[in-house]
Amino acid sequence: MSIFEYNGSALVAMVGKNCFAIASDRRLGVQLQTIATDFQRIFRIHDKVFIGLSGLGTDVQTLYQRLVFRHKLYQLREERDMKPETFASLVSALLYEKRFGPYFCQPVIAGLGDDDKPFICTMDSIGAKELAKDFVVAGTASESLYGACEAMFKPDMEPEELFETISQALISSVDRDCLSGWGGHVYVVTPTEVTEKILKGRMD
Amino acid sequence: MASKATTDVPMKGGFNFDLCRRNEMLANKGLRGPSFLKTGTTIVGLIFQDGVILGADTRATEGPIVADKNCEKIHYMAPNIYCCGAGTAADTEAVTDMVSSQLKLHRYHTGRESRVVTALTLLKTHLFSYQGYVSAALVLGGVDVTGPHLHTIYPHGSTDTLPYATMGSGSLAAMAIFESKYREGLSKDEGIKLVAEAILSGVFNDLGSGSNVDICIITKGHTEYLRNHMLPNPRTYPQKGYSFPKRTEVLLTKITPLREVVEVIEGGDAMEE
Repeated sequence: MSIFEYNGSALVAMVGKNCFAIASDRRLGVQLQTIATDFQRIFRIHDKVFIGLSGLGTDVQTLYQRLVFRHKLYQLREERDMKPETFASLVSALLYEKRFGPYFCQPVIAGLGDDDKPFICTMDSIGAKELAKDFVVAGTASESLYGACEAMFKPDMEPEELFETISQALISSVDRDCLSGWGGHVYVVTPTEVTEKILKGRMD
Repeated sequence: MASKATTDVPMKGGFNFDLCRRNEMLANKGLRGPSFLKTGTTIVGLIFQDGVILGADTRATEGPIVADKNCEKIHYMAPNIYCCGAGTAADTEAVTDMVSSQLKLHRYHTGRESRVVTALTLLKTHLFSYQGYVSAALVLGGVDVTGPHLHTIYPHGSTDTLPYATMGSGSLAAMAIFESKYREGLSKDEGIKLVAEAILSGVFNDLGSGSNVDICIITKGHTEYLRNHMLPNPRTYPQKGYSFPKRTEVLLTKITPLREVVEVIEGGDAMEE
């Protein structure tokens, strides 16, 4: 079994018109046994940058703490928030530093940059950036997420439609993955507000 | 020795092996390590009459999954030097970025244009010192004061100097084209056509390569980067989305309004003393 399948996870981010959405499942398991059904994998770095961390739960939390620490140092030094591109480079550098003993995490980064231009990107566990214009996925349900997103996504969606699309893509994908599920956690970020929703899903 | 409290403070560089023991323990327990993003690639380069042309496909894979359909594999090194990367994506990205910044510092120091051999030496010493564990296979091309240069660099640090070169999983398919059609003193248009043909050969005959053709033409004092020079595999199915008859069941909604960005007006009346 792969170490990525130990806890199970599903992550997806999508770009809309001047907005983005990032969603994850809520399960934390130890192989096939469910431990928690309210696990946080998506974290707010600042109002307009979010990161989702798929993979091993312990590394998710460690990495998140290191990222918050580094972002706070940046805020103190620069007196401003990081741009999403800059933050992605920071994550990539932190992961590549551990090239030969990696964190078992595959991050998904989503943010609004200058002029509220949406930015999404994902990486492998050693920080190889993959920038996308439409959607990115990660976790044990990534294969089914690729399929669902490829079919459901369309460019320039408004926030409400984007929420519906990302939620349906997530829910339908985790239903085909034993290791992720138990509802979803969705953030839709527009230039004026952050909407956080908890989705109901199958409980098996 | 740095105290424990400072370990999280930004380091100056180099790899960190803290997690190796833990990861080895997990591997011994039967938990397989992760697979990395690869560029199972076709990358090529050739020398033509006034310079160098580099070419690459745009597929990135993770095992059998196509992870990125349009990634960039021709990396910037210096204004007159570019480098195609194959192998583990993180390694090719990191190694080219690192050497690119070393070259920039070197240019600031010397005030001269970077030479291709400088880039070559920096790359090969790094790769050699990691004994092949940094798995980057590169095609390095550029034009400097000593003329056009094309090199291939293997993950273990060995290098070749060639008039035409291919690398990656599609290297055989691409080399077949070069071996039958390359000649000395190609014109720019002939060169671009040959490079594109070699990449297409990789795209269609090697499963690790796919999608589009990127090309970079470097001549004396001028560089032309043709991103997606050819798009031989356009999307054939519609991207119209899907309308959902039933709304998603939401258990909880929390809306956080973001604070307005206050614009500070510089100047204005000075305060009375």
